[in-house]
Amino acid sequence: MAVATKERTLTMAQAISEAIGQEMERDERVFVMGEDIGSYGGIFSATSGLLDRFGPGRIMDTPISEAGFIGAAIGAAAQGMRPIAELMFVDFFGVCMDQIYNHLAKNTYMSDGNVRLPVVITTAIGGGYGDAAQHSQCLYGTFAHMPGLKVVVPSNAYDAKGLMIEAIRDDNPVMFFFHKGIMGLPWMSYFEGSTNAVPDEEYTVPFGEAAIVRQGNDVTIVTLSQMVQKALVAAEQLDADGISVEVVDLRTLVPLDRDAVAASVAKTGRLLIADEDYRSFGLSGEICAIVAERLDRITMKAPVKRLAVPDVPIPYSRPLELSVIPQVDHITAAVRDLANAGS
Amino acid sequence: MDPHEDQLLWMYETMLVIRDFEERMVNIYLEGKLPPDIQRGLAFDIAGGPVPGEMHLAAGQEPVAVGVCAHLRDDDTVVGTHRPHHFAIAKGVPLDRLAAELFGKATGLSRGKGGHMHLFDPEHNFSCSGIEGASLPPATGAALAYKKLDRDSVAVAFFGEGAANQGTFHEALNLAGLWQLPVVFICEDNRWAISVPKDKSTAIASNADRAASYGMPGVAVDHNDAVEVFRAAGDAIARARAGGGPTLIEVQTDRYLGHFQGDAEVYRPKGEPDELRGHDPIPTLAASLRGQGVLDDAREQEISSRASERVTAAYEFARESPLPDPSEALEHVFV
Repeated sequence: MAVATKERTLTMAQAISEAIGQEMERDERVFVMGEDIGSYGGIFSATSGLLDRFGPGRIMDTPISEAGFIGAAIGAAAQGMRPIAELMFVDFFGVCMDQIYNHLAKNTYMSDGNVRLPVVITTAIGGGYGDAAQHSQCLYGTFAHMPGLKVVVPSNAYDAKGLMIEAIRDDNPVMFFFHKGIMGLPWMSYFEGSTNAVPDEEYTVPFGEAAIVRQGNDVTIVTLSQMVQKALVAAEQLDADGISVEVVDLRTLVPLDRDAVAASVAKTGRLLIADEDYRSFGLSGEICAIVAERLDRITMKAPVKRLAVPDVPIPYSRPLELSVIPQVDHITAAVRDLANAGS
Repeated sequence: MDPHEDQLLWMYETMLVIRDFEERMVNIYLEGKLPPDIQRGLAFDIAGGPVPGEMHLAAGQEPVAVGVCAHLRDDDTVVGTHRPHHFAIAKGVPLDRLAAELFGKATGLSRGKGGHMHLFDPEHNFSCSGIEGASLPPATGAALAYKKLDRDSVAVAFFGEGAANQGTFHEALNLAGLWQLPVVFICEDNRWAISVPKDKSTAIASNADRAASYGMPGVAVDHNDAVEVFRAAGDAIARARAGGGPTLIEVQTDRYLGHFQGDAEVYRPKGEPDELRGHDPIPTLAASLRGQGVLDDAREQEISSRASERVTAAYEFARESPLPDPSEALEHVFV
C-alpha cells in the first residue's frame, strides 16, 4: 500500500481527476470523452482541471450521443487507444447499453481474446439528495451480472485513485462507478470519511481484493460505495454499546473477493449486507449465495439480513427517499437485531 | 476514378468466391436441419447440423463489398453487419478460418466462440456485429483513433437501409461530421429489413439525402454494379484519407436469398428474387471485362476454377477441423 508522503487529503473527485491526469501524462494513448467533461470538468468533477492541462484534443466534450461516443471508444480502443468515456449518470445506460453489453463486454470473448478493448467507462451513481427515479440509481449489480465487464466501486478517495489507475492500465473494459454522495462536492452533502489521505505518486489498488475497513467480531457488514461510510458511522455508534462490527468494503464486484466475505462471515456468524442497489436479483443476493454455498464451513448464528432499496424506483420526496435508501439508523437497527438473534 | 485492370480482375474473382461461398452454404446450412434427421413433427430444426443457428447470406450483394474493399488496405478498418461474409471475404479475412468459424471449429477465427455474426480478424481490422446499426459507432471510433494518431488509414461502416433508422446511425454520422473523421458510411439498400420494405420504414426515399443533416456529402449509387460502387467509394475513401472527412454512400443492391436461411419470404412479391437474378452483377462485370479485352474464355475459366477451388478448400478445411474442447467456453472473457 502506498503511503501518503505528506498528510494531504483529497476528495474522491480530486483523487479521480488526479489519477486520470497522471495516467494521461504517462501514456499519450489515454484520452477522455463525455458530456461536459471539458471546461465544466465533469458534472461531478471527475475530470476537473484536465482540459487546461491536456487540451480539447484529449479531453473531448461530446454531443449527447452516448451510443455514438461509447461505441467510438470501442473502435478507438481496438486501434490501440486507451479511451475513458464518461456516462454522466449510470441511469442513462439505456441509451447506450447495446454498445456496452453486447459489444464492449463481449468482443474480447467472441474474438477468443484476439481483440483487446482497454476502455474505462466512468459513471455517477447513487441517490439521497432528491434527484428521483431516473437520476439516483446504482445499478452496479446489473453490470456485474453481465459477463465481460470489470466493475469497480470505490468508497473513498485513496481507493478511488488507486482503482482508477488500475482501471486505465487494465486491457479489459472497466466500469468505474463513483457515488455522487462521496465525491466531496461543494454542492452536495457527503460523508466526510470518503475524503482521506492520498499519496502524490501513482499507485494501484488491485481488483478482486476487498478491504476490511473496520475489524470486528460480532457482526459482519458487507458493503460498498457510500454505504461503506454509513456502515462506519453506524459501527462507531454500535461500538459504544459493545457490539463489535466488522466492515468489509468490496471495492470491486467483478472480480469479486468471495473469500474475504466467506472468511469474515465464518468469523462472526452474523451477516448484514448493506447495498444501495435494488434488493432483488442483484448484489445482495449474490453475497447471500456466497454464504449459502459454504454452509458446510460457515456456521451462521442468525439468518442473513439484507438492507437494500426495496424494489421500488427511487421516490422524490425526502421522507420517502430516506425510507427506501438504507440509512445509518437502518444499519444500526439491523445490526442490533442480528446481535440479539440466536446466540 | 476508374478501376485498373488488376482491380477489375480482383473484383470479378472475389465476387465469384463470395457467390460460390454463399450458395454452397445454402445447402451446407440445411444439413442436419431437415427430416428425417430432426425431432419428429418438425419441418426444420435451426439447432441441427454442422452450422447451427441463424445464417444470413449475401448472394447478390457482392458489388458493395468488392467495390469498397478494392480501395482498402489491411490497416483500414471495416465493421460489417449480421450478413457479413461478403465484407469479410473482400477485406481479406482468410477463407478457411472464416469457414471454420461458421462450423464452430477450433481452427476458426475465434476458435468457435463468435460464429457467423461475430467474425473478428484484427490482422485485417475486420469485425462485425449481429446488432443492427452497431457498426457505425466503432467505425467512427477507429477513424477517431486514426485522426489522433495522424495516420491516413480509413474506417468503413457497412449497414443496411433498415439500420439507417437506428439511433446509432444518427449519432455516429453527427460525430463523424462534427469531428471530420476519416470514416465512410456505406448503406446497403437491398430494400428489405427482414420483411419490411424501405418505403414502410423510412420517412424519405434516399438515405443519401440524410448526409446533409450531418455535414457530409451523400452519394446515391443506383445500380448493383461493382464498378459504380468502386467509383463512388474510391472518391469517398480518397477524400477521407486526405483529411477531407466522412461520406455517406447508399447503394441499391439485391438480396437474392431470404433475410435468413429458412426464411419462407412470404412477404416478398412472387418471383422477385428470380427477377433480380436477371440483373446479376457478376455476368454483367464479366461481359464488361470481355468488352474491354480484359477477359477471354481461357482467363474466365482459369479464374472461375481458382475461385471454386478456394471455396472447396475452405469448406473441406472447416469440415475436417476439430471442435474446441468444452472447457474453452470459460476462457478469454478477459485478457
